[in-house]
Amino acid sequence: MRKGPSWFNLTSLVFGFAFLYLPIVLLVIYSFNESRLVTVWAGFSTKWYGEMLRNQQLLDAAWVTARVAFTSATIATVLGTIAALVLVRSGRFLGRTLFSGMIYAPLVMPEVILGLSLLLLFVAVDQARGFWTVMIAHTTFSMCYVAVVVQSRLAGFDRSVEEAAMDLGCPPFKTFFAITLPIILPGVIAGWMLAFTLSLDDLVIASFTTGPGATTLPMKIYSQVRLGVTPEINAVCTVLVGVVTLGVIAASLVTKQQEARRQRDIRRAEAQG
Amino acid sequence: MVDIAAPASEVEAAPAPKKRRSLGGWVLIAVPYAWLLFFFLAPFFIVFKISLSEIAVAIPPYLPTFDLSEGWQGIRENFAAFSLDNYLWLTEDALYWKSYLSSVWIAATSTAITLVIGYPLAYGMARAPAAWRPTLLMLVILPFWTSFLIRVYAWIGILKNEGLLNQALLAIGVIDDPLTILNTNVAVYIGIVYSYLPFLVLPLYATLEKLDESLLEAASDLGCPPWKAFWTITMPLSLPGVIAGCFLVFIPAVGEFVIPDLLGGSETLMIGKTLWNEFFANRDWPVSSAVAVILLLILVVPIVLFQNQQQRASEKNS
Repeated sequence: MRKGPSWFNLTSLVFGFAFLYLPIVLLVIYSFNESRLVTVWAGFSTKWYGEMLRNQQLLDAAWVTARVAFTSATIATVLGTIAALVLVRSGRFLGRTLFSGMIYAPLVMPEVILGLSLLLLFVAVDQARGFWTVMIAHTTFSMCYVAVVVQSRLAGFDRSVEEAAMDLGCPPFKTFFAITLPIILPGVIAGWMLAFTLSLDDLVIASFTTGPGATTLPMKIYSQVRLGVTPEINAVCTVLVGVVTLGVIAASLVTKQQEARRQRDIRRAEAQG
Repeated sequence: MVDIAAPASEVEAAPAPKKRRSLGGWVLIAVPYAWLLFFFLAPFFIVFKISLSEIAVAIPPYLPTFDLSEGWQGIRENFAAFSLDNYLWLTEDALYWKSYLSSVWIAATSTAITLVIGYPLAYGMARAPAAWRPTLLMLVILPFWTSFLIRVYAWIGILKNEGLLNQALLAIGVIDDPLTILNTNVAVYIGIVYSYLPFLVLPLYATLEKLDESLLEAASDLGCPPWKAFWTITMPLSLPGVIAGCFLVFIPAVGEFVIPDLLGGSETLMIGKTLWNEFFANRDWPVSSAVAVILLLILVVPIVLFQNQQQRASEKNS
């Protein structure tokens, strides 16, 4: 019945992906432009990368961002995984609707509202703003993303293995680390990566909740972009895009491999059983 | 791969019947619950409280501030000092309601354009040979991981007067004078559509991919032309994906700040930008809080609709 993709489908795929990728490709190409004028091609050069590496403020901002992203992604992954377990496993409890509402709402809540409300909270409790406040803010919204990602992994979960372990006397805590966690691990890793990139990316919430000495890379990029497009910013963006792309591709390859191995193990076990 | 844009479609199985919970079970619930209550819900009450305050030359820059040391009397005085002045101000100055209206309008228009571009893309992906699909899915997700700011920034170089789009159009002779696109609402539409396209394509692809193709085959066997089969079968069945995708584009787009700020011009009114300026340029915390409260009220309806829709989709699945 099914033939190859129709012309219409092929065309919409080509146009759709061209639209998605062309701007980024152009950005990368023009980061290697010799000229300071971003839109006039004057020959290949890597000098803007050198320029970027000599910009101390930029490097400082990158370091702050890396620390915020790493810490907030790690805490968000722990909290988000617990939240996902609660949503899928805990059945009914008082305030469940509120809980799931608080997980889903931040996914669509405008950033200006999240940023403003968190800032006002930090002011109300008299917390000096800086690294920690940005970290807490990022943890708060990215844990919701982690929860959603891990939840979808938990939904297709065969609980009989867990029950078998418990029946054989394995305590719940140990069951979680020995059985549940390895199975949902791809979801947990994807959740961590998502939390990391969300934090790496955030401008609005960080601008509201930051304080002296904690300028993040997006804030730095934003303040320079407002002054105009420069090849140096193109270079920074290219590096960021490269890092994220490599990370995502590597993670998906590892996940695919693990999944294949798991399927193989299952087949083998079934053949023996 | 991660499928965050189609969250509840396959999650949140029907809650298990009530059972005895151990202490550990309660702790498990309490930790994320407490975090969200303190860092997500409580701040909204503070925003509301400050929206009733008055701007002041002080740190923090509003009055009254709660001072529990003054006891009950102090708290009562505080409440007496609250006023709706900021909300009245929002109705008096045309800037605010114009910003709200134009935000909703820009978000709705962009959502419609995103749907027009995203539907064929999702459809093409779902109908592509099965071997291609994981790669295509990956290609849609990848830009989503790439920095939002960078993707918006990339368009500046393209849309500028001396930018790449104008250079290309001049070179092939379509236009004689460069078009002014950057710093207009058109650029804002382009930016929103571009940035939010993956949010719409992912849930839509998820529903289209699950679509039972035997229905289409049956229709075609019975002599139904393909376009009619599309309108009577594919379109209605993909509606949950369309709705989820549109919400995921529309709701955040209403409060968008980065896109109107970097791509829009002085005539671009969007409430996210107005709030930002009120806060950072005018340092008027009470008025920006009032702006946020009204924005939240506007968005409560679509957010609740979105969550109900997600819940229904998940119940149908389980």
